[in-house]
Amino acid sequence: MIWNEIILVTGMAAVTLLIRWPPLALASRVALPQPVVDALKFIPPAVLAAIVVPAMLTPNGTLDVHPSNAYLVAGVASGLLAWRTRNLLATILFGMIFFLIWRRLW
Amino acid sequence: MSAESSRCAEFWRGVRATFPLVVGAIPFGIIFGALAVNSGLSAAAAAAMSAFVFAGSSQFIAAGLVGGGAGALLIVMTTLVVNLRHALYGVTLAPHMKHLPQRWLAPLAFWLTDESFLVVVERYRQPDASPYKHWFFLGSALFMYTNWQLCTWIGVFAGRTLPDPGGWGLDFALIVTFIGMITPGLRSRPVAMSALVAGATALLLAGLPNRLGLMGAALAGVLAGALTERWMAAHRAEPLAPPTAERLPPP
Repeated sequence: MIWNEIILVTGMAAVTLLIRWPPLALASRVALPQPVVDALKFIPPAVLAAIVVPAMLTPNGTLDVHPSNAYLVAGVASGLLAWRTRNLLATILFGMIFFLIWRRLW
Repeated sequence: MSAESSRCAEFWRGVRATFPLVVGAIPFGIIFGALAVNSGLSAAAAAAMSAFVFAGSSQFIAAGLVGGGAGALLIVMTTLVVNLRHALYGVTLAPHMKHLPQRWLAPLAFWLTDESFLVVVERYRQPDASPYKHWFFLGSALFMYTNWQLCTWIGVFAGRTLPDPGGWGLDFALIVTFIGMITPGLRSRPVAMSALVAGATALLLAGLPNRLGLMGAALAGVLAGALTERWMAAHRAEPLAPPTAERLPPP
């Protein structure tokens, strides 16, 4: 590893820990107002949707609503399976296989 | 059950709950390793990044930026923005972890990923009063961490022999993992509204640099969910609530 890489990895590790640790470290000292606590349960669906929706609809940077967009088709198909079965492992395996096959077909 | 066996049981429960997410993370770790060496990082740097940063999306983007010739400062600042969502996760978990000493909080914070957060927050929300839910977190975190190291190394070796790892299509694994996690929850109307608004906002803000749009979209989604919940509570309470003595008009 060269010096540049050591600086890079150290810097990335430092900022990431500085984001992850303080919210947990200060937990016992800071009390959040109740409306904020009530809203926290929407963080997982909101963050996930904010990652997933653009990844499906704009895989190459521009809006792509066409059957040739395997991210969109396989994403919708996996979503339907997850809705019906609630089985995460089955959804992941099905989705990846479906995606790879669909990409071949188009 | 003795305290030790309940700790052990929680630990393995965390491992089991994280298994599907580990399956989804395997391809992602492999492409990271492959992409990293293909974009000019040394194998040691790729492994060190997985060992000390341990944040998949930011490592991925860092590898891409190294390939594009970006400097360390820009990459570190990008890492900061990409990983800001972990602060939201920390704030969500914090009320449940108040009683833990820093020797627990610091390592668990370091191991906080999208995947572990999702299973751990579910565990904390279950109504049982187990005092060892942080052992569940530890099991989940260590499983994700070990797997991430192994997959990075596999990717580093595979990437030296196979070019163009970005074209393998393995990046869909992360997306389908998140789809599988989010979809069953959409039966709740406030959650569905939250996801809809977050997704739409993310599309609108997609032009912002360094995934800043992700934070804006997440906050918009949280607000939408909270407002929908309040609106539903307000509109449900009036017609459905049974009449009580106080509400009856005076005779």
